[in-house]
Amino acid sequence: MTAAVITAPTGCPTSPSTKPGHKSRVDFDAFVSDTSEDQRIDLSVKGAKCGGCIAKIEGALRELPGVGTARLNLSTGLLNVRWQGSLSANAIAETISSLGYQVSPHSVDTVELDQKREERNLLIAMGVAGFAAANIMLLSVSVWGGAEEMGEATRRTFHIISGLIAFPVVLFSGSVFFRSAWTALRNRNVNMDVPITLAIWLAFLTSAWEAVTGGPHAYFDACAMLLFFLLIGRFLDARLRRRAHAAAYQLAALRNQTVTRLGENGAESVRAENIAAGDRILVAPGERAVVDLRVLRGRSEIDESLVSGESLPVSATRGSTIYSGSLNLGDALEGEALSASSDSLLADIATMLEAGEQRRSSYRKIADKAVSLYVPFVHITALLAFLGWVAIGASVRDAILVAVSTLIITCPCALALAAPVAQMVAANRLFRKGIFLKSGDALERLAEIDHVVFDKTGTLTLGRPVWQKTKQSANALKGAAKLARASRHPLSQSLAAAAGSGEVHDDVEERPGLGLHAEVDGISYRLGSAEWVGLSQVPETDGPTLWYGEGDAAPVAFVFKDDTRDEAVSALSALQDCGYALEILSGDRDRAVALTADKLGIDRWTAHATPQAKAKRLEELKHEGHRVLMIGDGLNDAPALSIAHAALAPGGAIEISQSTADAVYTGSLTSVGQTLRIARAAKRTMLENYGLAAAYNFIAVPIAVSGHATPLVAAIAMSASSMIVTLNALRMGKSSTS
Amino acid sequence: MTIVMYLIPIAIFLGLIGLAAFIWSVRSGQFDDLDGAAHRILIDDDKPASDPEDKGAD
Repeated sequence: MTAAVITAPTGCPTSPSTKPGHKSRVDFDAFVSDTSEDQRIDLSVKGAKCGGCIAKIEGALRELPGVGTARLNLSTGLLNVRWQGSLSANAIAETISSLGYQVSPHSVDTVELDQKREERNLLIAMGVAGFAAANIMLLSVSVWGGAEEMGEATRRTFHIISGLIAFPVVLFSGSVFFRSAWTALRNRNVNMDVPITLAIWLAFLTSAWEAVTGGPHAYFDACAMLLFFLLIGRFLDARLRRRAHAAAYQLAALRNQTVTRLGENGAESVRAENIAAGDRILVAPGERAVVDLRVLRGRSEIDESLVSGESLPVSATRGSTIYSGSLNLGDALEGEALSASSDSLLADIATMLEAGEQRRSSYRKIADKAVSLYVPFVHITALLAFLGWVAIGASVRDAILVAVSTLIITCPCALALAAPVAQMVAANRLFRKGIFLKSGDALERLAEIDHVVFDKTGTLTLGRPVWQKTKQSANALKGAAKLARASRHPLSQSLAAAAGSGEVHDDVEERPGLGLHAEVDGISYRLGSAEWVGLSQVPETDGPTLWYGEGDAAPVAFVFKDDTRDEAVSALSALQDCGYALEILSGDRDRAVALTADKLGIDRWTAHATPQAKAKRLEELKHEGHRVLMIGDGLNDAPALSIAHAALAPGGAIEISQSTADAVYTGSLTSVGQTLRIARAAKRTMLENYGLAAAYNFIAVPIAVSGHATPLVAAIAMSASSMIVTLNALRMGKSSTS
Repeated sequence: MTIVMYLIPIAIFLGLIGLAAFIWSVRSGQFDDLDGAAHRILIDDDKPASDPEDKGAD
């Protein structure tokens, strides 16, 4: 069998982009925003990897008349262009694609804007905490170092200065944790931020009291350091989440399209989000519907594989409904938009999604379990230490100090970092493999999977028609290709691709919905429907079919099928070897699903599955005690994706499926195995980290309870435990990449 | 030891300047594209002067 190969893009493009389809479908002018000074557009550029690419793209754009700024962000692939004058945005896009880069319009992503703001705030909070930690440590070290010689007045001054630095910083940088802790408490929950908040404030208030009364022990440095370490973790986490989101969003943006709206002054190109219900829309042959429509005029065949999973085309006439994501295979259709934009769904699918999402958010994370063990243990220990010291005759002040130092040194730091650092390292590894994880929590769910359910069309298969070679049709291929090359119809293009480059007949005439015709030297050549080549009766075939007629000879059938992906067999058998149970749930016909299942060696399969049936099957599996991973791309998979224990969507999936899934993969099907493997490794590391944090506490608690936890010991213990946990997580990144 | 009364405020003031610079750089978007900045430095932008009468080189 063919080994699965992950092709990593190497080198920069040197020739014009050959990716078909984008240029003709998108009117970039619809994405331009006008301001009083200039015109702007954000473009998503694929393929730029180095300084040379930046120079080439920005340089070429600046040559265009009127272009003021052109700036490419290499990390995100976003290109911002501003210009004055009459330059068309399509000319800009043309320039970029002529340099060999794939380009698509990028519309504003509100989620990303929020995430970006959050990331910036965290970075600033982290900077402020770092500043405070460094300066307070400078003062603390002199207090610790000069313990004997330093006079009480000097020590007190140093403590007060430390406190003055710490106070605003605790308020500012700590607010992230305080707010989250408050929300949790108000909902009668306890999350990790509760003990963190408690430790910070106890450390601060005790130290302030010590500083004012001239006591020897102040923990201001511990306060600032705790904040600093925790904020590093939070920042890296936010950054990774944003990168993954942006990458997934750009995948969707690649399919950004404009819609042809028929208005009073003829046809105009508008963005999908500008379509209102009731607008009249034209869907050209070979175009995908972007909004749900009811057909008003025209007759055509529609490929609904993304919507229902059905791989055979269905016919559409006046009155039929076309869902967004359907591909128009035949004649142009005119219709009326049923919904305002592409993401408005059938109502029942939307409610099913909501139910699933809620169930998933109630999943109990390892971190929550750890907190529920940690909080009572540490707080009771601190209380017992206080009571114990009072009982053996220590002053209340000393007893409180011991109790507080116990709370500080048991260090929510290592505990709070244990899961996020492991998730971050794993998410980063997945990111490099082209798998974009939505949240770290998903890793825990992915690690528990024992049953994998696949959608067929578009997930296991290519999702586009591939010509099935037969002896008869192979002989006729050369002749048929001479016609097929002249057409943009998906079947013709597939046929032309199979034949490779070659001649084209002169004067090929295309009759939408019927086929192609050319007459050379008195011989008539026809390629198209059975009716078009003169067959009175349409013979039964296995898939979409093109007929080719040459003169008076009997027409030859070219049958197309949605083929399984090259790597599917090896990827799936690898999954089976790892002990996962596999299953196919498809909306397609029995025969098509059976063939695919047989080829891939899967014995559990269901055909004709409606979205409801898919969701029901997942519920059944759940009741049997299975933890199911669902992988699907279509609208009909969305409810199932939301019910599954974890869900993946391929990069070609429609937006709703991508946003429901826990991760989106851009590579081959082998990504599924990789995701599961990395998730298991991440979970193992998380558990190790909790083990380390617990072991650390077993050493730290006796020290603190016995009254030996000075600020110096606290500072060392805190940084050491955080470091150990982080290094252990990084080990995972190292050991299994090789 | 009284010199400490001057040195500590000076040290904190210098630290604050650094912090202010950091916050400014974050706000002005200098951390938005870390990969691009590393590559931009390599872009050769001193092209041969297209116009010999240009005041550019001496």
